[in-house]
Amino acid sequence: MRPVLYILSFLAVLGLAFWAYRENYATQHQLKQMATLQDEIASLHDEIAMQKAEWAYLNRPDRLRDLAAINFDRLGLMPIQPQQLGSAAQIAMPAPPVLVITGTVDAAATISDVRIGAAMVAQTGATGNNGPTAKPAIPVDAKGEQIP
Amino acid sequence: MIRRPLRPLARILDARSKGQNPDIIEKENVAIRNDAMRDKSRARAERRLMILAFGFFIAFSVIGARMGTLAASTPTEPRAAAGGSEITAQRSDILDRNGRILATNMLTHSLYAQPRDMVDPVHAATELAAIFPELDAKALERRFTDGRSFLWVRKVLSPEQMQKVHEIGDPGLYFGPREMRLYPNGNLASHVLGGAAFGAEGVDSAEVIGTAGVEKDLDARLRDPAQSASPLHLSIDLTLQANVEEVLATGMKTLQARGAAAILMDVHTGEVLAIASLPNFDPNDRPSLDPKIDPSDNPLFNRAVQGVYELGSTFKIFAVAQAMDLGLVNPNTLIDTKQPFFYDGFRINEFDGHNYGPTKSVAEVIAVSSNIGAAHIGLMIGPERQQAFLKSMGLLDPPQIELFEAASARALVPKNWSGIVTVTASYGHGVSTSMLNLAAAYATLANGGLKVTPTVLHSAVKPEQTRVVSEATAKACVLMMRRVVTDGTATFADVPGYEVAGKTGTAEKPKKGGGYDHDKVINTFASVFPASDPKYVLVVTLDEPVETAGLKPRRTAGYTAVPVAGEIIRRIGPLVGLRPAVAPGAQVALTEAKDPVAQE
Repeated sequence: MRPVLYILSFLAVLGLAFWAYRENYATQHQLKQMATLQDEIASLHDEIAMQKAEWAYLNRPDRLRDLAAINFDRLGLMPIQPQQLGSAAQIAMPAPPVLVITGTVDAAATISDVRIGAAMVAQTGATGNNGPTAKPAIPVDAKGEQIP
Repeated sequence: MIRRPLRPLARILDARSKGQNPDIIEKENVAIRNDAMRDKSRARAERRLMILAFGFFIAFSVIGARMGTLAASTPTEPRAAAGGSEITAQRSDILDRNGRILATNMLTHSLYAQPRDMVDPVHAATELAAIFPELDAKALERRFTDGRSFLWVRKVLSPEQMQKVHEIGDPGLYFGPREMRLYPNGNLASHVLGGAAFGAEGVDSAEVIGTAGVEKDLDARLRDPAQSASPLHLSIDLTLQANVEEVLATGMKTLQARGAAAILMDVHTGEVLAIASLPNFDPNDRPSLDPKIDPSDNPLFNRAVQGVYELGSTFKIFAVAQAMDLGLVNPNTLIDTKQPFFYDGFRINEFDGHNYGPTKSVAEVIAVSSNIGAAHIGLMIGPERQQAFLKSMGLLDPPQIELFEAASARALVPKNWSGIVTVTASYGHGVSTSMLNLAAAYATLANGGLKVTPTVLHSAVKPEQTRVVSEATAKACVLMMRRVVTDGTATFADVPGYEVAGKTGTAEKPKKGGGYDHDKVINTFASVFPASDPKYVLVVTLDEPVETAGLKPRRTAGYTAVPVAGEIIRRIGPLVGLRPAVAPGAQVALTEAKDPVAQE
């Protein structure tokens, strides 16, 4: 029994030694790779810093002002004026979409229907709301715009 | 060791005589001896085991502790500092309040030579002189061949120049990496930034040290390796700075002024949003001091911080504020403005020979800028209290700001604060102080009376402030200054919607031989806007301006500094997001129609 134990432990030591040797080299390899990565990061940082500096240089107010002056014909950029600022309340609400009847409208009604329809138009049309009377004949898409 | 015999003769003989077996005695003794030996070896084994156990305990404790620290500590890479990043990250960037770059670093190269390694020094010298026009081929050749082993050729190279030097192909020419300070915005905010230069130089790197402005004042912070990755945020707003400088430069040119300066400050925090001094310079290529020109005309001179001037009538509001705070006057109190007024043998005159009648209310004294009125208010206060008040406003000390030059801007104050000093200081003469102090003092009045310490650093925390003037007084002062703009000396600054309030000041420059020069004035306009809820202070100063549009040249602040300040406010108001307020006039409202007959 004892010799077997000896041999087993000797093999274990051998195996561990081999593992440790490999780990050592794997670590060294990783360290080297990390160093190259860090060098790369450092050089990328340098490049980013340089790009940022160039961005700042190209966006310096003097240059932008000159560019705005040179391209005034195309862009028409002017210094912002106090009257350009306003409150939200000063902006008009968008006008309600106006219905335009382009297609023919099939109408089959008796005189009394027309009277009822006219009364409804008089009621709803006055408030600017396009009441149910005008809706059915024209195809309308999801945005409320008419499809010609 | 005494060895006891196994067969002691006395006992053996005794046993034999008694007919007993003497071997029993021997066995007995052997047993005793064995027992003793066993005890001894057992004790020794126990001791060894203890030592071994102690050794294991120590070993496992060490391993355990190490595992513990590894588990508890934050993971770091074994080699965090990579070679390349060290050089560029030496000095932290300077950004404006919105994160735009004001100063950054650029990696360039310096050129040095080791003549021992040179193949053809003569050729190298002529080629180098062709690349760099400022180098002299002959001098360079002499230095290459005089036996020295090392010499600097150039501190900084552009990439194109570096390529050309490469193309010379001489093995004795070497490049050393250099971190160069770069100010991408050129002249903008040059006095704030100051500049930087190389300090101690080595082949592989060179120290960059600040030479003026923030760069010098916060040099230790900027060079601190622990903070190199975190940029320094200034309170300066690049856009505002550019606009202020542009308008100021235009104003300076039109009014033929020798110099101009402007400060825009947040009244609550004391943060300086824009500070300009013209003429300015390019911090990338900082000019050297020219001994031939007057130091105050040097572009390096920061008029807004370093310059101490008699700021004239802008001081009147301080006399009024103090008098109101002490309960001596209110805005409607009538003040004697009768001419002539003599004090201590000196005749006090109104500006330009005006006469404002026998009395004026305090508000009118400010609006028309009456020297005699201000002098009377100053006399009510008295010298000690006046001096203490001006000191508490920070007007008599060098400005407290993170600019290197500030410490040297000592206010010029007469040693003995006599009655005549009280009289003249009430209208801003006889006491010279920095513009920055004036801006901070106006900010103090504008924010409701809390002392403002100017700063160029952007900070999220609001500084603790002490009260100098009561809130009611401060409010009343702003209202009085509003009247200066609506119907006083500063009507040109009445930008619609921004409710500008302010006070003009025209100070004649002291002549070298004594007395004052009537044609050389310093015009100042210190303004606060919007008056209903002051947010910003703008101080504009022009040095020797003259407005020549009229029949005779005009040199009062109302015609020079005021229109410039008005234009600055018009330009920056929208940029700081201030919506022009609609003048509270006739309110549009629905009124119920009533039958006129029924009303009767």
